[in-house]
Amino acid sequence: MQRRRVVLTGLGPATAFGIGIDPLWQALVEGRSGLALIRAFDASGFRAASGAQIPDSFDVKDFVLKSYRKGTKVMARDIEIAVAAAVTAVKDAGLTTRGTDAEAVATIAPSRFGCHIGAGLIAADLDELTAALWTAKNAANEFDAGNWGQQGMQELTPLWLLKYLPNMLACHVTIIHDCQGPSNTITCNEASSGLSLAESQRVIERGAADACLSGGADSKLNPMAYLRQELAHRLALCPPDADATTIIRPFDATSTGSLVGEGGGILVLEAFDTAKARGARMHAMLAGTGATQSYCEDTVGLVPGTNGESLADAIDAALRDASLSASDIDAAIPYGCGVPAIDAIEADALHRVFGARAATLPLVTLAPFIGATVAGFGAIAVSVAAKCITEQRLPARLNSTSTAGVAATAAPSCATALRHILVFTPSLGGQNSAAIVSKLD
Amino acid sequence: MTSRTASNRVVVTGMGWITPLGHDIDSTWQRLMRSESGMGPITRFDARTFPTTFAAEVKNYDVAKFVADVKVHATAGLNSQFALGAASQAWKQSGLDAFSALNRKRVGLYLGAGEGVLDFPQYAAANLAGWSDGATRLDAVRWAKTAHEVLTQMYEVEQEPNMPLAHLAREFGIRGPALNCLTACAASTQAIGEAYSLILRGDADVMVSGGTHTMIHVLGVTGFNRLTALSTSKGDPTKASRPFDATRDGFVMGEGSGMVVLERLEHALARGAKPLAELVGYGSSADAFRITDIQPEGRGGASSMHQALAQAGIDPLARRADGRAAIDYISAHGTGTKENDSIETRGVKRVFGEHAKDIPMSSIKGMMGHLIAAAGAVEFITCILAIRDGMLPPTINYNTPDPDLDLDYVPNVARKAKVDICLSNSFGFGGQNDTLAVKRFE
Repeated sequence: MQRRRVVLTGLGPATAFGIGIDPLWQALVEGRSGLALIRAFDASGFRAASGAQIPDSFDVKDFVLKSYRKGTKVMARDIEIAVAAAVTAVKDAGLTTRGTDAEAVATIAPSRFGCHIGAGLIAADLDELTAALWTAKNAANEFDAGNWGQQGMQELTPLWLLKYLPNMLACHVTIIHDCQGPSNTITCNEASSGLSLAESQRVIERGAADACLSGGADSKLNPMAYLRQELAHRLALCPPDADATTIIRPFDATSTGSLVGEGGGILVLEAFDTAKARGARMHAMLAGTGATQSYCEDTVGLVPGTNGESLADAIDAALRDASLSASDIDAAIPYGCGVPAIDAIEADALHRVFGARAATLPLVTLAPFIGATVAGFGAIAVSVAAKCITEQRLPARLNSTSTAGVAATAAPSCATALRHILVFTPSLGGQNSAAIVSKLD
Repeated sequence: MTSRTASNRVVVTGMGWITPLGHDIDSTWQRLMRSESGMGPITRFDARTFPTTFAAEVKNYDVAKFVADVKVHATAGLNSQFALGAASQAWKQSGLDAFSALNRKRVGLYLGAGEGVLDFPQYAAANLAGWSDGATRLDAVRWAKTAHEVLTQMYEVEQEPNMPLAHLAREFGIRGPALNCLTACAASTQAIGEAYSLILRGDADVMVSGGTHTMIHVLGVTGFNRLTALSTSKGDPTKASRPFDATRDGFVMGEGSGMVVLERLEHALARGAKPLAELVGYGSSADAFRITDIQPEGRGGASSMHQALAQAGIDPLARRADGRAAIDYISAHGTGTKENDSIETRGVKRVFGEHAKDIPMSSIKGMMGHLIAAAGAVEFITCILAIRDGMLPPTINYNTPDPDLDLDYVPNVARKAKVDICLSNSFGFGGQNDTLAVKRFE
């Protein structure tokens, strides 16, 4: 039986350059980094004081109908990003939903509209929580559970917990756009949004939905989540006076680590048949996906594998799923965060899959522009891959000067014939995700 | 519907759980059959002044009894420890531990695991160090100084919700697709459903699936207390969780893990494994209604039940040749909150119409508590045991019928019954609804 094909009809990345594909694409073509001092909090007490933050002009209230403004009061930053990205993707796809026009008939029947949004471990807002904890401290300035149970916890808004459940990204998005089909929240660190796109693909394939809002969002730019990135050895040394734009050097022998970027992306994935029937503009096809688990010596996968074998298996699975071979791939977007141990695994995977061609296969390295975007990565990368295909152009690369064995040194943007682009990432925890984005014939 | 063959049928070949009522399948099942309760005062932290002071905790648990080398799991949080115990039982029962020809690249993992527990005392200390009287914002530099001193790498890393995946992958050498979903109380039902879908698609031959979670910690109880979702009953904690009873006043938190091994039938038969049951349907929907309330007509739950039944090829409004209703038992989400139990009842009536009253539906949450992300997997296992033993677990503490809730909730005592096909429902905060259909293997 012919498999139902899945196409990308709406792109909604959210990055340091703002919400939407255009500002991101412009920066990628111009070779302009979005890394700068973190403004969300004073990060000078951490290993790195800089990251890639969504512009200060961002206000989630600009992305919801007036009737939903109240709902924005119970959104962690991660949820705000997903909500803004989703409506951006919906509009890019030319869809009418309850979230764009509450009175109009929805383009996609609600029961046929799914939603898969990957998420990170969301940290509680420490300003809000600590103000409440402060009321429950004892004379020695320590937390006192007795005071907390009796009185302190009342300082928290009744809906406090609902700001931080990872499935609240999808919860808000499904409510806003009336998506009543299958909905899930994948939480596998860097692999989260790639795996979410793959799940939407399967749901559409098996006929449980005709379209899905799919992707992921993550903000590590708060002290607790940021500390976890530091403890997981993700951060390069980057004091406040350092030039953050040159710190991330993917695959370069001199790279010392990464910097965090908040963001993510939601895409509209649709069945080819229903997208065609409604006359949708199709950016590209999600031709195949693959997923595997690495063996991690340390169990938890701080270094996600001992080599690139399982990551290569995920890429091979995606190639098989797309009925393609390695020689069909024209470019690849790795996580490329600049953490040497992670870069090494990705480079090894490229060699296992592409052999000698790994040295010349053009890589798109996003981290020097938008930081390491963790759970948001896959959706941003697939959005960029789709744009590369529609523009028949590769973005610029920044910073790296010596990348033995892979093609990742700094280069200007260039026009290139592109039919199939591979996106892949390993993750803290050892889950690997790969996807292939293809030009529509 | 395509016809069923050994290559597109999926069976359960192993199961295991770590629960407030025990650490193995059979003794725990016997306790459920005897209507026992796992509730007691909270011991994990001082909850004496909290609105809710009790929960169903896992007692006397030692992960070392279940794993090959406990050193590789030395930093595991409670959620990963529970997962290791449950999955080890399932893995062993499946016989995969002794199957030397296993292709580990064709074995995957799909869990609905909850996040790990905060290092709360240290976390609170760092937060308080970053605050001062009259402050409105945290002093992040001061916070960082203390946090760097008191918070430790592995305690923080182990809180990532994909850590149970990492521990199970390491324990069983799994190299196939590995995913974790976290859709609150629906998570492990959804995980099993998606694991089933991955096997049907051909992406794996074997999937270890289920869930694990504990939220019996300061901010977990705080969060649910603020939402007024927990029972605040005074007196005997074993009477606090009262699903479907007119006096129900909220759920009681439980903790633990349920895990199953799912396998393509031909893979199981080829290696001589004994199928315990067949997974025949999965449905998933979103309420898309409100962040706090369930769609009042039970639309979302009805949709997930309808989808699961359709995949199983079951017409909910038809009776079987022997006169029985379309299915024999529903393991309810049945949290014991006012809203859930009413709306779930309404949803079941929407699906089964006049036959709903003939289908027994019980909630084990009165005995086990609500295992949050792990609840669905544990309840799915009880459906398989109901089929195996021809016994239905009871809804305990059912004393005052609610006039609006008029289904057969298997009140108070376990019941002998002919059980061939069951549904297991899970509905999450946030509106995700998932249903599994499981059938006697024939």
